[in-house]
Amino acid sequence: MINRTSVIVLLLSALVLSPAAFTSAYADEATIKKGKEVAFDRKKGNCLACHAIDDGSLPGNQGPPLMAMQGRFPDKAVLRAQIANPLERNPNTIMPPFGVHNILSDDEIDSIVEYLLTL
Amino acid sequence: MRKLIVAMTATLMAFGGLALQASPESDRAAFEKYFTDRFKDTPKDDFINGVYSIDAASREQWVEIEEFAPYELSIDAGKAEFEKPFANGKGYGDCFENGGAVRGMYPYWDADRKEVITMELAINECREANGEEPIKYSKGKMADISAYMSFLSRGQLIEVVVPDDPDALAAYERGKEFYYRKRGQLNFSCFDCHGGGSGNLVRADKLSPALGHTSHFPVYRSKWGGMGTLHRRFGGCNRQVRAASFKSQSQIYRELEYFLTYMSNGLAFNGPGARK
Repeated sequence: MINRTSVIVLLLSALVLSPAAFTSAYADEATIKKGKEVAFDRKKGNCLACHAIDDGSLPGNQGPPLMAMQGRFPDKAVLRAQIANPLERNPNTIMPPFGVHNILSDDEIDSIVEYLLTL
Repeated sequence: MRKLIVAMTATLMAFGGLALQASPESDRAAFEKYFTDRFKDTPKDDFINGVYSIDAASREQWVEIEEFAPYELSIDAGKAEFEKPFANGKGYGDCFENGGAVRGMYPYWDADRKEVITMELAINECREANGEEPIKYSKGKMADISAYMSFLSRGQLIEVVVPDDPDALAAYERGKEFYYRKRGQLNFSCFDCHGGGSGNLVRADKLSPALGHTSHFPVYRSKWGGMGTLHRRFGGCNRQVRAASFKSQSQIYRELEYFLTYMSNGLAFNGPGARK
């Protein structure tokens, strides 16, 4: 059982640490973990069908390997838009519009973005 | 002044229409060139072997599979079915010339009926003309009969004709439009995967080039664990991209077959086939 003091300590540290989290390059562990799960799930992002990612096995090569993502997408919004509706940048792209076609929820896309930025 | 504008608009529309409307033959030449340029090591006549024409590793396994071809039972069943007389004493041989070796005639444009006739459609029309019930189009007996007739016809050239007839051309154009239109939740056109994406990997699977695509049907597909017709494959492709599929032998699938088979004119029919 968690006692009251430790709850207060936890809350206080969360308050103190949260501004740091905003400026940090990485989101929290849970979001990143969820992002990876959604990205690798065949029924969800299924990103490995076309992209080599991280430790994913048997990746396809339809699209570029997803690496050095911070450098390639310094603006997080651009990366998010590329997943939500890649047709905006290239109407002929083979990449599915994960957001506008409701393949993934906004929340799932957000978590994928956080995961990708750790690569 | 108004007359002038009307005349100019009409002229523009006429010329614009001409410029936009490529002929089937120029389409076909461009289509063929796209793939022969993309896969320079593949001899043109080998494109009928699908992904195995561009992937040496999987070709080895496929050649071994072909030695004890999984479609052989289907050919035998189709032969028995083809030779079995209908209740009225007639048989398929009375509908199809050359003992049923007629694959090279299909698909064709029927100017009187104003529609595309495929071999499977003709098989059922033969049955119905002789008082028999039609059979299902996607697999089973239909795939067997089609396999037998295709086997007898191996080597016949693909020579689809789009006659100089606005209705035929419109059917061809609808097939073409269907082929290049992105569809489904995943938003893939046929050409996205089998044109621009051909030769690339989706997970561990290499995508086959579209040139020669219709030559080897019906097919024994390991994924199905059985035989299927070309239209069964069309339906599966549509569902894989999370789009609505159409019925086998629906007008649009026949027109898609018309367009896509035309694209492979000059290559040989080699059905039935075996694929992963």
